[in-house]
Amino acid sequence: MNFSEVFKQSNQLCKVSPDGKYLATCVQYRLVVRDFNSLQIAHLYTCLDPVMHMEWSSDSLFILCAMYKRGLVQVWSLEQPDWHCKIDEGSIGLVSSRWSPDGRHVLNTTEFNLRVTVWSLCTKAVSYIKYPKACQKGVDFTADGRYMALAERRECKDYISVFVCDDWHLLRHFESETQDLAGLEWSPNCCVLAVWDNCLEYKLLLYSLDGRLLSSYSAYEWSLGIKSVAWSPSSQFLAVGSYDEKVRILNHITWKKITEFEHPATIINTKAVVFKEVEKRPVVGSEDLSIHQLTVDNSLFSTQSKYEITQLPAQVPVIKPDPDRANPKIGISALAFSADNRFLATKNDNMPQSLWVWDMQRLSLLAVLEQTAPVRCFVWDPRRPRLALCTGNTKVYLWSPAGCVSVNVPVEGSFQVLSLFWHCSGSSLVLLSKEHICLCYVEAGASCGHT
Amino acid sequence: FPNPLSSISGISMSPSRQNLHHSLHSTMALPKTSYSVLSAFCTEENISQCIAYINQEVCSLGLTGVSLESKSGSLSAVPVLNLLYEVLQLQRRAQRALHELETQQLKNGSDLEHLQHSNCRLKDQLEHTRRDNSGLHEGERQLQLKIKTLQNWLKSEKEEVQKLQSIISSRATQYNHDTKRKERECTKLKERLNQLLMDKRDKKLSIEISNHVGRSDGKRGLWKTGKMEARHEGEMYKALLSDYETRQRSLMMENSELKKVLQHMKKDMITILSPKKPEPANDSLEQAVSECEEEIGDPSRETLEQSCEQAREQLTNSIRLQWRKLKSHMERLDSQASLVASQEREGEEMMSRKEHEEEMQRMRMELQQCKEFIHMQQQLLQQQLSSPCDEETAALLNDCYTLEEKERLKEEWRLFNEQKRNFERERKNFTEAAIRLGHERKAFEEDRAAWLKTQFLNMTPFVDRKRSALSDSALSVGTEPEAKLQSTPPLVTKSLFSTPKAASVKMPSTADLYRTLHLIPDSRGHGKCQSGEMSTKSRLRNCSTDCSVLSFVRDENSPI
Repeated sequence: MNFSEVFKQSNQLCKVSPDGKYLATCVQYRLVVRDFNSLQIAHLYTCLDPVMHMEWSSDSLFILCAMYKRGLVQVWSLEQPDWHCKIDEGSIGLVSSRWSPDGRHVLNTTEFNLRVTVWSLCTKAVSYIKYPKACQKGVDFTADGRYMALAERRECKDYISVFVCDDWHLLRHFESETQDLAGLEWSPNCCVLAVWDNCLEYKLLLYSLDGRLLSSYSAYEWSLGIKSVAWSPSSQFLAVGSYDEKVRILNHITWKKITEFEHPATIINTKAVVFKEVEKRPVVGSEDLSIHQLTVDNSLFSTQSKYEITQLPAQVPVIKPDPDRANPKIGISALAFSADNRFLATKNDNMPQSLWVWDMQRLSLLAVLEQTAPVRCFVWDPRRPRLALCTGNTKVYLWSPAGCVSVNVPVEGSFQVLSLFWHCSGSSLVLLSKEHICLCYVEAGASCGHT
Repeated sequence: FPNPLSSISGISMSPSRQNLHHSLHSTMALPKTSYSVLSAFCTEENISQCIAYINQEVCSLGLTGVSLESKSGSLSAVPVLNLLYEVLQLQRRAQRALHELETQQLKNGSDLEHLQHSNCRLKDQLEHTRRDNSGLHEGERQLQLKIKTLQNWLKSEKEEVQKLQSIISSRATQYNHDTKRKERECTKLKERLNQLLMDKRDKKLSIEISNHVGRSDGKRGLWKTGKMEARHEGEMYKALLSDYETRQRSLMMENSELKKVLQHMKKDMITILSPKKPEPANDSLEQAVSECEEEIGDPSRETLEQSCEQAREQLTNSIRLQWRKLKSHMERLDSQASLVASQEREGEEMMSRKEHEEEMQRMRMELQQCKEFIHMQQQLLQQQLSSPCDEETAALLNDCYTLEEKERLKEEWRLFNEQKRNFERERKNFTEAAIRLGHERKAFEEDRAAWLKTQFLNMTPFVDRKRSALSDSALSVGTEPEAKLQSTPPLVTKSLFSTPKAASVKMPSTADLYRTLHLIPDSRGHGKCQSGEMSTKSRLRNCSTDCSVLSFVRDENSPI
């Protein structure tokens, strides 16, 4: 694996264009666009304020920079660098800003979630959508970019509006049977909308595109409910992670639970493999302790680590959450399906150092990765069944069905990997630390064998 | 009647039986010394009284009395002896009886003792068990108490749980109510805020844009009309319908595949259940076979009425039936196998059910994998077939598969030709070198011959013709066939230096070439011209042939 040099960024704002050709990073109020292969600076733009949010348009021609403090949004064009566009929300304030799927409209959510303003770059027209709901995930676009679902709250009741993204025409507006809608998500085949209630009540509703309620699912009452939801890429499965440390899988034909995945503290399953990260202490000889070595050669202080396979039954380290606080750190907070639908990666909040990988064909546990620090971020390769994760130290970890490997980021000074994401081709990873980014080039067909 | 008897101590004179027995007893217990007392009983004077008394006593005992013969005044011995004998018998009987009574008495005594002991023991035991019983009762009572307390506790806990649940629900409603109230307040605030901001809208809200950007799909913007709405609705329903259709198609395909699998399974089960060899005939099995054969006729009907509910039910029912039969058959086999295993411990050939199941599982997995593979293949094939291509692109495409190979082939041909040319060139060089070598060698041989001759001549003052002739012939034997060295007369040295034009003009064969160069062993006279060979070899060093077989020996025998 090769690593590129390090570049600066601020606010963890670093995005690859949807066509994979460019890499955009924000450094305070400057927007730097680099060519992805050569990492040469292709364009440089200057915004009026430190950028809080940056997003590529779907056709990779425009970049949106939002500055919430001043209520400004600036749009830059890659084709014509001297084209400019500035949207000023004025005193109404700005809380979030995003592109529409066609790349020609900007949706701004004003402060206090008063309304959503839809600005058109084609016609300078403005549309308003009233009473949007402020929740975990109140807006979602379909994968083909045709429809948008928006959660609304009027008179203490939840409603869902479905808009046609072509001309922002309101297609359907119906009441949702939730007590307090926490999020909604379209299925990848764009025909079903999953809507879930907040954690005080376990309720998952499935609406068809035309607003009919297809099914409703509730696993239990009273205890804290749904924490995270994920669709499988083929729309076959809907994975629901909840506060009772279980993931329930629903199937798309009957919308009933086909299985549930438990996260026990002791793993007895004989087919699963438990990888434990073990740090190797570096042996320091006396002649190595020269000042030169200490400052330049970083590997002296960064420990190497490797994975060892633990014998079953294995114990998973558990951290008991504080029972008095709200939103306790327990339950499945993150779920991700692999691109080929075969694997599901889950993270249980009261076992923060472990990552669980499930085989969707056999519907059983495949591997558990036990790290030395809490897992911060994990992402699947968009092409292959390969998982990259980081725990906030100087290493990046890769898991694939063949095994897993831990790689030290060979950067001067220490590069603490706080988050990462894949390039759309799956051939490289972008690692983000607090103030820098680094690219990691991974061979396409490399099978990771554990050492 | 004087009562002399009463004077006898120890003997009482009552006629009663008891006393008689007693007296008898006491009579028996009397020591022998009382015999003298008995003798005092009868004297000479009172014989008849004594006799009378004895008779009285004897009569009371039931014996025959003794008659007194008053004539002689003496007793006849016979009746007396008889009486005595009877009395002795009586005595003996009485003693026996006494003995028996004594033993009986002893037995009774010991029995009594035994009974007393056992009585004591049993009393103790009874006491003990009574105590235990009371203890157990006590324990049971305590446990009952405990159960009661636990039940009470459980009831109280349940009540508490219910109470808590009701509390929770009431609190939840309370929170909901409060939240709703707060939300209403908040909405009012928002409305107000909205109003205020709306007033200021014209001043602040704006978008500055250099120029309009075209739509991403290139179309122009459309007005919002009723037709547009209808179109949107239509598109939405189309999307939904197409999704349903694809799903239904995939489900149908899956369904048909599963049906096929079921059919195959049924056929397999039929074949399994119909045994070929004559097993211990199970009536049920034979019945099953006959039933199966009837049902084999069904598939043809079933394929016709695929969508018919009844056909489906029929298929599933028949499968279920077959499966049940197979299961029972397997169970029978299992039990047989276990019996055999327990008897002979040779159950290797019979597969345990677990292994069988594992095998089945493996086969199912394989089946799944094969199906997936087939599906993938099908997809690829579909892709290939359905990809749009007109004539020329098709031709191009067809060509492209072998393009790589053709290129490679061309390359190899080129290489081959090059090599061939090189080889020809080298061969020519080789031949030329060989010819040159042949010439040179001949020349050298001639020179050497001459030199040796001169040497020899110089060495020996006397011209020895024979020897020179021999040496000449020796030399000539060593030379090669084409270099026809004529054995010239020793004095004619000139001709040796001339280049022999008599050398053959024709190109030598490869074998000859090699022989010339001594690359292949020359069987003729090899040993004679060692030095000559070595020097020729060193000569060859200078020729442009790359025969690495040659050894490099310094030429010490160069004639010039």
